[in-house]
Amino acid sequence: MKRIIGATASFLLAIGWAQAQEVKVGVVLPYTGVGAELAQQQDRGMELYLKMHADMIKPYKITLIKRDYKNPGGADAKIAVQELLTQDKVDILAGWNYSPNAIATAPLVTAGKKLAVISNAGTAHITNLSPYYVRVSFSMWHAGYALGDAAVKQLKAKTAVVGYTDFPPGKDMLASFKRAFEAAGGIVIDEIPMGSAGAVPDFTPFFQRVKDKKPDVFFVFVPGGDHTTAVIKTYNALSMREAGIKLIGPGDITQDNKLQAMGPGAIGLITMHHYNADLDNPENKRFVAAWKKEYGPDSTPDFMAVGGYDAMAAIVHVVKALNGKIDVDKALEVLKGWKYDSPRGPIMIDPQTRDIVMNEYLSEVVMKDGKLAQKPLGRIEAVKDPCKSLKIGPCAN
Amino acid sequence: MIAPALNPALHPAALAFAGRHQPRVWEPIVWILALVFYFAFPNHLGFGTELLITILFALSLDLVLGYAGIVTLGHAAFFGVGAYTVGMLAYHGFWNEPISSLMLAAIVAALVGLGSGLVLLRTQGLTLLMLSLCTMALLEEAANLGHEYTGGFDGLASLPIPKLLGLFEFNPLYPRTQYVYVLTVLFISFLFIRTVVYSPFGQSLTGIRENTLRMHAVGSPVRARLVTCYTISAAIAGIAGGLWAQANAYVNLTTLGLDRAAMVLIVLILGGCGRMYGAFVGAVAYMVLAHFLAKLYPTAWQLGLGFLLVVIALFARNGILGIGEALLRRFRAKRMPR
Repeated sequence: MKRIIGATASFLLAIGWAQAQEVKVGVVLPYTGVGAELAQQQDRGMELYLKMHADMIKPYKITLIKRDYKNPGGADAKIAVQELLTQDKVDILAGWNYSPNAIATAPLVTAGKKLAVISNAGTAHITNLSPYYVRVSFSMWHAGYALGDAAVKQLKAKTAVVGYTDFPPGKDMLASFKRAFEAAGGIVIDEIPMGSAGAVPDFTPFFQRVKDKKPDVFFVFVPGGDHTTAVIKTYNALSMREAGIKLIGPGDITQDNKLQAMGPGAIGLITMHHYNADLDNPENKRFVAAWKKEYGPDSTPDFMAVGGYDAMAAIVHVVKALNGKIDVDKALEVLKGWKYDSPRGPIMIDPQTRDIVMNEYLSEVVMKDGKLAQKPLGRIEAVKDPCKSLKIGPCAN
Repeated sequence: MIAPALNPALHPAALAFAGRHQPRVWEPIVWILALVFYFAFPNHLGFGTELLITILFALSLDLVLGYAGIVTLGHAAFFGVGAYTVGMLAYHGFWNEPISSLMLAAIVAALVGLGSGLVLLRTQGLTLLMLSLCTMALLEEAANLGHEYTGGFDGLASLPIPKLLGLFEFNPLYPRTQYVYVLTVLFISFLFIRTVVYSPFGQSLTGIRENTLRMHAVGSPVRARLVTCYTISAAIAGIAGGLWAQANAYVNLTTLGLDRAAMVLIVLILGGCGRMYGAFVGAVAYMVLAHFLAKLYPTAWQLGLGFLLVVIALFARNGILGIGEALLRRFRAKRMPR
């Protein structure tokens, strides 16, 4: 009898111990539809972090509960988050690819009182919407503002034309680039909305208009992929480089997994971003090598993959610091001011805004060993989200 | 005095026709199930609310597509107008009392329905289909351009929706109030639609769907009837949109998108159109399957759904309810060989 009681007690203890060690993380990403490719990068980044650091994470067990939020409409994301909180009783939330979904679920995250780590969604003011949002990805203002500044100071440009795809990230890019470029003494002489994100337009009329204006730099923001390929083609077809117009843009247009498809015409393209797969630091070397081993030599991680990777790094940090018992207020205390050596270089969570502070890298596309690669031209260290620093629009609240 | 056997008013077909509006025995079951859901699945109420809103939206489409035979691909236009009416009034601090906002949403959507209906319903077939799509696209682009007022793609966040009747809070985490509220509105709207469908007006809509020329010949004001029906349907779609905005405390461009318009069309055709309960069956079948498949297989759930749709499109042209009706007919034919 005693033995049975003893066995039962130890069994119950074991269960209790196992439960204390398991941390459930609800991951919300658009696993299907147009966003599926982006979700895959983030999902792989998260899984890769857990795999690479399996020994470090022990004795804790991190279980990812993945939910597809289908579209940027908000409602499906709300259902997914609500069920993760009330049915699966997750300890931490992570993910968010489309900004509208992060905006729509903010009240729910606040009501659920769980830490929510954003691994992509870039609309600047999102972190103001819930006190439990922590962003490890970027704000749209990071790259745009940094490039506006660098265009004047490093590329010695005096005039610029901005061409952007007419959707919120494009508008944010326009606003942030223009603000920094003009603050540094340059003049934006034209702003051209160039079609929607849904379909690739014929860029020729837009680019001809730019050529006629003869700016020093032509700042372009379009979604990575087919849009970018068409931009490069049109830029070369109109001989704009020969006309002395430099093509520049945020790193979104040279997304690493799309870079090779852009062809040699992309050589000379200058971008500003917080990550590219060619960054020269030991963390990144390790990360890219592990990625290629895991997902094939032709697969390349991009900034979204790093977003997923760093989200998991932040979560593991919280889990270890709190000994597996996740309390949202303590978790926030642990994350505020957290410093980490990410593949993108040193990062920190700003204690005031819960947004990321990181380096921005100016790079040029070059040909290296028969493949397109990004050559570093310079960097700006520890960039905070300028939208919140400058208190612009909804970022002020 | 006509002998009872010869009195046409007592013919079984005539009796069935005269009594077609009477509630069937099984009809309360649907509503009881909806109430059971509330108690049985308290953690699924967010999904349940979205499901009920989709049913209401599909019902509004059934009125134009199933009963009046107006083929439209732009019904989300009215859903979006309703959602933006509620959303913009609340966000900019003009008006946010839930029930009256919903009525305003219905009125604004009805006006848009009336205006566009007067133009659109001069055409039919493919032209009408394209024009309905264009109307929706125009509204969507207008909402995109006016992003200072509409929030554009990012939407209007955290709409301040006060307590319902000053008593029941719209809790985002446990959306009990939302569910009961939406269910009540759905029930009232359903009673209204049911009355419309079984009224002489509704009967004339069916006539127009079946043979427009003959309806002209019997002197029915065809276009006026269609525009009226379109306006009523727009108002109900507007209510569905308004409910969506209130339940989610959020509006963005997708309320006006083709995805939503196409989804509700699929739901209705899946369930069976022109059958009133087709909207219920279709929405439950489509959304429950999509929801649970997506939970099990977050990356590949659309495969299962696609398979179902292909099977329905190939073998059950009248939707799921159509299958049921065919089985019932066969069963009765066996029991009564004559």
